[in-house]
Amino acid sequence: MSIKLTVNGATRELDIDPQMPLLWAIRDHLQLTGTKFGCGMALCGACTVHLEGQATRSCVTPVAAAQGKQITTIEGLSTAAGRAVQGAWIGLDVPQCGYCQSGQVMSAAALLAGNPKPSDTDIDAAMAGNICRCATYVRIRSAIHQAAATLAAGTPAAR
Amino acid sequence: MYFRHIENAASATAVPTSELTRRQFLKLTTLAGSGLSLGIVLPGCGTGPGGAGSAGAASGPLAMPFLRIAPDNTVTVISKHLEAGQGVWTGLPAIVAEELDASWDQMRVESAPAKVPMYQNLAFVPLGAHAQLTGGSTAVANSWQQLREAGATARAMLVAAAARQWNVAAGEITVSDGMVAHAGAGRKATFGELAGSAAKQPVPTEVKLKDPAAFRIVGREKLPRLDARAKSTGTQQFAIDVMLPGMMTAVVMRPPRFGAKVSSFDAAKAKAVPGVIDVVQIPRGVAVVGRDMWSAKKGREVLVVTWDESGAEKRGTAELMKEYRALARGKEAVTVVQVGDAEAALAHAQKRVEGEFEFPYLAHAPMEPLTAVCRLSAEKCEIWAGCQFQTLDQANAAAAVGLKPEQVTINTLAAGGTFGRRANPESDYISEVASIAKATGGKYPVRLIWTREDDITGGRYRPLNYHRISASVGKDGKVAFRQRIVGQSILIGTPFEAILVKNGVDPTAAGGSAAEQYDLADAHVSWSRPTVGVPVLWWRSVENTHMAFSKEVMIDELAHAVGQDPVAFRLALLGKHPRHIGALKLAAEKAGWGSPFSKEKGRGRGVAVHESFGSVVAQVAEVTVKGDKITVDRVVCAVDCGIAVTPDIVKAQMQSGIGYGLSAALYGKITLSDGHVDQTNFHQYQVLRINEMPRAIEVYIVPSTNAPSGVGEPGTPPIAPAVANAVRAATGIRLHTLPFDLAAAHRA
Repeated sequence: MSIKLTVNGATRELDIDPQMPLLWAIRDHLQLTGTKFGCGMALCGACTVHLEGQATRSCVTPVAAAQGKQITTIEGLSTAAGRAVQGAWIGLDVPQCGYCQSGQVMSAAALLAGNPKPSDTDIDAAMAGNICRCATYVRIRSAIHQAAATLAAGTPAAR
Repeated sequence: MYFRHIENAASATAVPTSELTRRQFLKLTTLAGSGLSLGIVLPGCGTGPGGAGSAGAASGPLAMPFLRIAPDNTVTVISKHLEAGQGVWTGLPAIVAEELDASWDQMRVESAPAKVPMYQNLAFVPLGAHAQLTGGSTAVANSWQQLREAGATARAMLVAAAARQWNVAAGEITVSDGMVAHAGAGRKATFGELAGSAAKQPVPTEVKLKDPAAFRIVGREKLPRLDARAKSTGTQQFAIDVMLPGMMTAVVMRPPRFGAKVSSFDAAKAKAVPGVIDVVQIPRGVAVVGRDMWSAKKGREVLVVTWDESGAEKRGTAELMKEYRALARGKEAVTVVQVGDAEAALAHAQKRVEGEFEFPYLAHAPMEPLTAVCRLSAEKCEIWAGCQFQTLDQANAAAAVGLKPEQVTINTLAAGGTFGRRANPESDYISEVASIAKATGGKYPVRLIWTREDDITGGRYRPLNYHRISASVGKDGKVAFRQRIVGQSILIGTPFEAILVKNGVDPTAAGGSAAEQYDLADAHVSWSRPTVGVPVLWWRSVENTHMAFSKEVMIDELAHAVGQDPVAFRLALLGKHPRHIGALKLAAEKAGWGSPFSKEKGRGRGVAVHESFGSVVAQVAEVTVKGDKITVDRVVCAVDCGIAVTPDIVKAQMQSGIGYGLSAALYGKITLSDGHVDQTNFHQYQVLRINEMPRAIEVYIVPSTNAPSGVGEPGTPPIAPAVANAVRAATGIRLHTLPFDLAAAHRA
């Protein structure tokens, strides 16, 4: 069946099962591999993308439900918050194995877009859906605070 | 024993290694002119954060086994080790850059191909193993001397080339921050400009290594990770991201119980699912191949397989633990350590403490589920995976497809975590993908993906363990220890048995006891090995995950029993362990151990210290207990890992080890009922999330001039006992069963 997806501003028509999770359409059919598979049950957050700006678990979102909506993946993340988050991630050497970090970055960017100065408690609440088995959590907290400070200063870091 | 003192093993091989390096180096530099590159060349499939493994310009590189200097002035370090988050893609380049006097900005990294002896892990050579593998926290330790020599050799050749070009004495040339210069002649050149002529210089037979006092990259407080950018922007390539033309995706239906085999299968319904291409039997189950992951998965859902469960493990973990308790009270055991007379000392003790400890099976659950890609032709098999045991993976893939190991190319990609899971003697997931390629006749490249359910239920767990301990303090103040460990062997029955199992003792099952880590006059440690059909494996820090726990909890309880301070009590038992003392004192000092702790209800502070993989780590944990909930507020960690090559990564690894260990202490548990694994995904196999990561983790590095030792694993063992000791201090409750269950403890 024909499904129209608008990913990172470009619209593509795919002949796929409407029930296929957005994650596999993005990865296997659009070859955008920055978004990761971790659990398939919206339990780990590795597959996080933005759907109309909202952090969304693509592994449980059928493509039929994403039609006609603006989908942003890590490859297309270009908001001020996104750039600030990635700048802080690199500056603080947050990643270890790095596999979950696309999802972490997408969740953090969505958090900052809605809450430009989150507390540790806000961060815990917004990021608890993203598992990192390397437990980079201490640096994730620091990086989100740093990104918030960067945004407040009005100078989004180059990534 | 085992890897506890790996730095000695590595330095003992320094001389033959450099001989080897030189010989192969000669061979390779000759080949380099003919365009041969050591890198993995796969268009669009760069293996390192630097992007595609490029062969450099048509002429002019200086190519060596462990580094390549290209005319574009980049220095690419060839990593024989897997990057799985532990930071070797930064640590190994740092060692080379130091001796080369390179600028950090010009450093790149890529994975080495599978090749022994060139890329063997030197830590295992004294044990008689010649294998390329990453494990036992040995990457930096075994590469230290080798890469220093590699960097210094390349530097000498750049200098020789400059001396010849400028017609000056080599001794007058300086190299600094990636620039070769001669002040008198007013000449300078980049590495890239000199690389081509450097390749034509004779290889020095001896190189002088730097005085560590002159290090400027090694030990630099903040040396940026070479992979941070790729991993923050979604561009780092993992095995799951490999896209080859015409590639299909496979999932495998595996036995519902460990040890069951395929009896028959009916593929009709699976083949009717749109997108399903093939359904084939392989030695480990039945594979469904589809044009994408979704169709393969949908196909598997309707695949009908009948299993022969006659040889399957049908016991549950409750039943197993009951058997383990009985085994702990039986005579069947091998002695691991015996000193003095533990029986007599226990019989005449001033204070005696008894302890029984239970540890569950644990899944590694790396964030990237096991994935591998295989492309097979009549003469060649290519594998792409986050390979941890390249030599074994190559041999196992070869066996699966009926080729010779040298016909198998291993492309090692960054792994999305491993924690030991990708290092298994059977190369399970790699054998599977090779078997699928074979069964489908190599018609198309195939990518095998394990789902999270496959991962959690797939076995190769940290073994279920039971410890029974009697410990005492005598009237003379001496401590005695008697310990029985009951747990499966990881090594027996694998190729590692011959090199690591001595006198029937598997050090990965029963090493690191109090008898090894404290000065005990009387100790007897023994191990009983049950035979269970659940496959087991090393899990970040291996035996230390349980051995450190029972040891540090019992020592703490002994201190408590005789009314002594836990730190002072330990220090008195560590006279022959100066590095334990150093780490313990540093952690205690930074934690403010000398000052009274909060008297608030439910708050407690605990300590633990443990040596593993040549490094000693001490941790002080501060907790708050409210009802049945334990919150870890602060952890102060001190580590002695010899010279800290990349201090910020050492700190990151301590933070990581603490989080990983805390995850197991609070949640980690795989159980079986009638041989079926009860947990399937993260809702049942819970792991630590950000809201439970301690808000404050402070890491301090003990200054040292010793050669580097590991940091990937040693951060994990002390955290669970430090927290348990803190909870006892706060509540009086003795936590001896993992994961911690305060509700159960309150009921008891």
